[in-house]
Amino acid sequence: MTGEFIFWLVVKSVIIAGIAIFFGLLYKGIDRKIVAHMQGRVGPPIRQPFLDVIKLMSKENIVPKHAIKWLFNAAPLICLASSIMLLLYIPIGGFDAILEGHGDLILILYLFAIPSIAMVAGGFASSSPYAAIGAQREVVTMISYELPLAVVIIAIAWKLSGIEGDVFSMAFIASHPIWQNVGILGLIGAIMLLISMVVVAPGELAKIPFDVAEAETEIAGGLTVEYSGRNLAMLYIADGVKIFAFASLVVALFFPYGIASLLSLNGVASIIADFLFFLLKVFLVMFFAVTLIRAGVARFRITQVVTAYWVTITLIALLGLVLLMWDTHFNVRWL
Amino acid sequence: MIPKAFKRSLWVFHINSGSCNGCDIEIIAALTPRYDAERFGIKLVGSPRHADVIAFTGPVTNDMKDKVIRIIEQTPDPKVIVVVGSCGIGGGVFHESYHLAGPIDKLYPNAKYFYVPGCPPRPEAIIQAFAKAWEWLEEVEKK
Repeated sequence: MTGEFIFWLVVKSVIIAGIAIFFGLLYKGIDRKIVAHMQGRVGPPIRQPFLDVIKLMSKENIVPKHAIKWLFNAAPLICLASSIMLLLYIPIGGFDAILEGHGDLILILYLFAIPSIAMVAGGFASSSPYAAIGAQREVVTMISYELPLAVVIIAIAWKLSGIEGDVFSMAFIASHPIWQNVGILGLIGAIMLLISMVVVAPGELAKIPFDVAEAETEIAGGLTVEYSGRNLAMLYIADGVKIFAFASLVVALFFPYGIASLLSLNGVASIIADFLFFLLKVFLVMFFAVTLIRAGVARFRITQVVTAYWVTITLIALLGLVLLMWDTHFNVRWL
Repeated sequence: MIPKAFKRSLWVFHINSGSCNGCDIEIIAALTPRYDAERFGIKLVGSPRHADVIAFTGPVTNDMKDKVIRIIEQTPDPKVIVVVGSCGIGGGVFHESYHLAGPIDKLYPNAKYFYVPGCPPRPEAIIQAFAKAWEWLEEVEKK
């Protein structure tokens, strides 16, 4: 029984890893294409990230002379592995997550920190001053966005704690959408939480305007400056997987709806319809949280990143939390 | 499978070894929406460790000599150096000046060079040089 359970766990994990890498790179390609169109360019083909990865795999892998070798080589591996591990806890495509249970909501919150911490370790280990500056900036960015992210997740869990069930599990939150359990005040509050989640995304994923840690034009790639060949390919894939995972988390927290029951489908057709609908939702989240912001604005300075997250976004998230609290107190229904 | 990847994905690192900035502007012009080098997968990167191609401008001044060689050695193999502009090929208007350490292909002969003549060359010519470079990289990968 246990042996069979572990066997299926491993098989499913490998399938999830394949899905994560494929769709991570695919969404990266779509992202680049859309940004190019927004700037009035033709842009690279959508399969461009796959070609980049294949090319990086065939390049020489240099480890700098003064680097701490084992840490330098381990960092990209940990970064990629923990990015894929995130998707074992987040429900994707209408299916339940593979590993689920009590408290996985908090676990996800911490798992999102691990790729960044791995990259910080790799940056410090690579003996380059650019990488050291990038690593310091990454730590500062992490400190900035963790607070609003935690506020958002706690607010949702607190609001749903009125219902019977295991609040801190992803499956419970995915089956009880926040929109159906709030009144008018709570609706406004939930929208504010969604806004802060969308603004946390570019910080979490190191995208413009919060990509101070990897700023190519000022610190030459920052954390990744000394990486080449296979290690760089792993960081490149991990970046795509992280985008897919974060968009999946936003979908699971805010839009866990399926389309199959609406179209009155069943059997295999319902699974396929739900999965395609999930991919569309992930695309929309990525479009508004990453692509649109990336094409529209320039990079912040590091001080501006801290102010933006600690003051503006935390205030919006806290106001959302307060509105959800008042919603329970006054109880004005909208549905 | 591997050779085709080089054809559509070239990451370029740009070195200025003392040029007048004319060629550098033309390299940037090749990335603008008008020419859009990214549609061929050509991307400007910030670190020589990420690069496949080095876009090299300028005659090498005495001050830049050691640094330029160090940057080229930091680039992982297989790599190609595309010398953009007349200065990098034979000194151009700086020919036989007192402060030059000589053109780059004399200083660092153990690399594959492609030359784009012109003062400055047009962006089309620069993109064509990158096309030649990826043809050569494909050949290397086949062997």
